[in-house]
Amino acid sequence: MSLTRSQVEGIAHLARLDVTEAELPAYVDSLSKILSFVEQLSAADTAAVSPMAHPLEGESQRLRADEVTESDRHERFQVNAPSVTDALYIVPRVIE
Amino acid sequence: MSLHTLSVAEMSAALGRREVSARELAQHFLDRISVSNPALNAYVTITAERALADARAADEAIAAGTAGPLTGIPVAQKDIFCTDGIRTTCGSRMLDNFVSPYDATVVERLTAAGTVMLGKTNMDEFAMGSSNETSWYGPVRNPWDHAKVPGGSSGGSAAVVAARLAPVATGTDTGGSIRQPAALVGISGIKPTYGRVSRYGMIAFASSLDQAGIMAPSAEDCALFLQAIAGFDARDSTSVDRPVPNYGAELSTPVKGLKIGILKEFFERGLEGTTGALVNSVLEQYRALGAELVEVSCPNLPLSVPTYYVVAPAECSSNLSRFDGVRFGHRCENPRDLMDLYKRSRGEGFGQEVKRRIMTGAYVLSAGYYDAYYLKAQKVRSLITADFKAAFEKVDLLIGPTSPTPAFDLGAKVDDPITMYLNDIYTIGANLAGLPAMSIPCGFDGHLPVGVQLIGPHFGESRLLSAAHAYQSVTDYHRRIPAAYV
Repeated sequence: MSLTRSQVEGIAHLARLDVTEAELPAYVDSLSKILSFVEQLSAADTAAVSPMAHPLEGESQRLRADEVTESDRHERFQVNAPSVTDALYIVPRVIE
Repeated sequence: MSLHTLSVAEMSAALGRREVSARELAQHFLDRISVSNPALNAYVTITAERALADARAADEAIAAGTAGPLTGIPVAQKDIFCTDGIRTTCGSRMLDNFVSPYDATVVERLTAAGTVMLGKTNMDEFAMGSSNETSWYGPVRNPWDHAKVPGGSSGGSAAVVAARLAPVATGTDTGGSIRQPAALVGISGIKPTYGRVSRYGMIAFASSLDQAGIMAPSAEDCALFLQAIAGFDARDSTSVDRPVPNYGAELSTPVKGLKIGILKEFFERGLEGTTGALVNSVLEQYRALGAELVEVSCPNLPLSVPTYYVVAPAECSSNLSRFDGVRFGHRCENPRDLMDLYKRSRGEGFGQEVKRRIMTGAYVLSAGYYDAYYLKAQKVRSLITADFKAAFEKVDLLIGPTSPTPAFDLGAKVDDPITMYLNDIYTIGANLAGLPAMSIPCGFDGHLPVGVQLIGPHFGESRLLSAAHAYQSVTDYHRRIPAAYV
């Protein structure tokens, strides 16, 4: 499995990652190698096998009652935000 | 005897007899840290003030007669666990400035147990690595040889315990990140069953694989600390509501009559000379202790590395999408628009290995490739898990090496992801199947320690710990300390 430069640029865009021109060849090379390496999975006979999403056999995701259990701590949480005004997260203008 | 060579139980007894105060014990380790950490680079953050405050509370509890078995025992926290009011970096530039607004359950429980937090340990970025070389804060050195890696991703935790800069450390294990570094620095490390320890406040890498555990010199130390962190937590939806055994009390269960399975697939490929010989000598030791050894086979196990390197990146690409430069974490300078903000913040905030895994994950999940890669890997995961299940119908525990080789040179594998990924060949199976597993030291290849791995059935931690303890009762590899740190 060999990826092209433009495929890797496409993946980087999907993943919202800025990859520089200088970095690109290394990613093309290593991602191609990784995909070739995992291709050995295709040899396994899985025709009658169900996919496994997690190892908790017989357990399902718990639900909780729809009750408010947490207090409003937005001021504490927003201390870590790069930019906040009036308790709102600030990003560049989205609507021109 | 020096304070730092005492076991957890011995420290606790010394505190109880007032031979040493929790403050003196904390200061002893803080002094050792200030001498040795600059060269080892094992702690990212040293929490001296917090340690002394914890120690004061511990001394008060001891004076008041309310102390528990871990009151006053110092501990190092892997920097993947959120610590309220203390910087939590996960080894990444992305979180270089992140001060957690809450405690992880593991941290909360260890604080409630009266332990003393010494600091936060260095790690591979977002726990993605097997050598601790992907950390934004630089590599950790192996205390046995500073030119070698300590393993990863819990490399800092491994190094601080090996160098006795902490008696115990927490770790996390997604594909071997507790066991492989434990083996490479000559200590014990346990990855519990998936769901045994709460992951609330533990920064997520691959959510169907991640599990928190303990790294310490001995299985006994691991048992005492696992006791404090195991158990149900409503805040983690994968936490299993099931009683926690008394690991310390069950530690002395004899090995006689125990059926140990020799995993055929682990012994037939890629096991280098001395490691193979040392692991074989462990089999002899268990035979001498009265265990019955039988060969078992897990035929799909050789596919565990490729399975993991589809499943783990897929889950990482999803988990790490939360780092968007908006709510917390690194933000680029002067973004042109929102897309530029996302891309440059993530491009600058993540290191090369993390970006490689995010992109691998994005690819295997993308339209047209999902069935061929992700779904296929999930099916092979079922096959591997079924192999283990069949094996545990025949035996109580499985045994094999932890790592194909002892610690390797810094820089040796950093440019070749596949070679690096193959370090995890013996450890990944337990993560895919959600099984508890531990590594314990079993000898030396030259001056470098070697580990042996025990794997148990779901919720078989007691059996793992007692089997490890039985081996450590007749050997002293777990007590060896690198000459420079005695």
